[in-house]
Amino acid sequence: MSTKQRIKVLISVIGLDGHFTGAEIVSRFLMDAGMEVVYLGIYQTPEMIVNAAIQESVDVIGISSHASNYEQINLLIDLLKKNNMSTIPVICGGSIPKQYAEALVKKGVSKIFPPQSTSDSIVNYIVSTVKRENVTGKLNG
Amino acid sequence: MVEHIVEKVINGDVKVAAKLIRDIDDGVQGTREILKSLHRHTGNAYIIGITGAPGVGKSTVVDQMIRELRKNGKTVGVLAIDPTSPLSGGAILGDRVRMQRHSLDEGVFIRSLATRGQFGGLTQSTRSAIDVLDAMGKDYIIIETVGVGQDEIDIAKSAHTTVIVVVPGMGDHVQAIKAGIFEVGDIFLVNKSDRPDAERTLNDIKTMIDMTRKKFKKEGWEPSVLMAEAVSNKGIVELLNEIEKHRKSRKALSRESILRHKKAIVRFELIDMIKSRLVQEALNHITESLEFQECLDCIIGGAKDPYSACDELLSAKLSFLE
Repeated sequence: MSTKQRIKVLISVIGLDGHFTGAEIVSRFLMDAGMEVVYLGIYQTPEMIVNAAIQESVDVIGISSHASNYEQINLLIDLLKKNNMSTIPVICGGSIPKQYAEALVKKGVSKIFPPQSTSDSIVNYIVSTVKRENVTGKLNG
Repeated sequence: MVEHIVEKVINGDVKVAAKLIRDIDDGVQGTREILKSLHRHTGNAYIIGITGAPGVGKSTVVDQMIRELRKNGKTVGVLAIDPTSPLSGGAILGDRVRMQRHSLDEGVFIRSLATRGQFGGLTQSTRSAIDVLDAMGKDYIIIETVGVGQDEIDIAKSAHTTVIVVVPGMGDHVQAIKAGIFEVGDIFLVNKSDRPDAERTLNDIKTMIDMTRKKFKKEGWEPSVLMAEAVSNKGIVELLNEIEKHRKSRKALSRESILRHKKAIVRFELIDMIKSRLVQEALNHITESLEFQECLDCIIGGAKDPYSACDELLSAKLSFLE
């Protein structure tokens, strides 16, 4: 890996959820861990998140969820599949009850970080999960 | 393979273009070859630079500009630059928050970029990203820069029209303009003009333009000052009209002036390209050498001072330096 490469993460709140504090705190410590964070803010639809992920060419999508709108996360997973973007892991954080968390993982969410997860655990998970794919990489064999 | 990627970009493939910009930004090997082939498909977009201190409303201005340009059926590419943390090397890129209503519009491509410190060159990857958007066939490319620093001036050199956004009631702000970026502004936009003292700020800038009138007359364009309240879309149509006026005035210049302008831009870009490559390669050459490691040990052990070590390394490794 070239020394210039950075992990690029998209952080967003989805659907009718206006709780931005968690998303902002996560954005901040990911930045402090040397990552580039594209912060989308609140009230984002799955379509908006997927389009931003394409345009920004991110490695990971992080969804902050505090409003039990898990159907939106399911739709996001479906839409990523439809766009051949399933290689991009989706991680979720927030107050997600256990049974819903299990269902989301079954659906294809890569990892759920419940309240009280440490920033280190999130950073380490992203670092160990990201696979950098590049267009030009194919040139070099 | 190169031609395949180039073809996808000129056909407007968003995924490929987006990944290419990422590779350029990361300095992935092979992007140079693609850029070489891509270059002949560039030169058609009109490039607008938007700059100004943090918090003056640049993103909101850009958001409204996109809206108006889209109304006229123009396609738009946006490069929104935010600062890299000097401590961690990371960044929070938050400019999309103000532009989210365009996120489902296929005629709009928004890309965030971090400044990423000195090496590799901010303008270098920004310039290449402009080329990618240009080759994709965007009618307009808007570059929104970070609020402070020397970089603004560099970006202004790459833009056809540079807009400087200011807000009323910041005396020190106007001072900052005096010091540098004032000289590269083609259009000044006093945003948040519903605030007190907007008139005064407008007059301050006009006075400064008056003081440098001679310089601008020569270039065939005298910077204009406009008022706006971007958040309620006031003054944005007027801004775009003014940009169009500036565009026409550039076209109306004599052949020699156009050529001179063009030469200045190409010269700047080439020097910038050489500079970043030179620094990178020279640094690699030096820091990967045995002598460099020895010097580090000597400095730590007190056998050498860093000044002598620097002199020795430079003359040993870069023999053309005296």
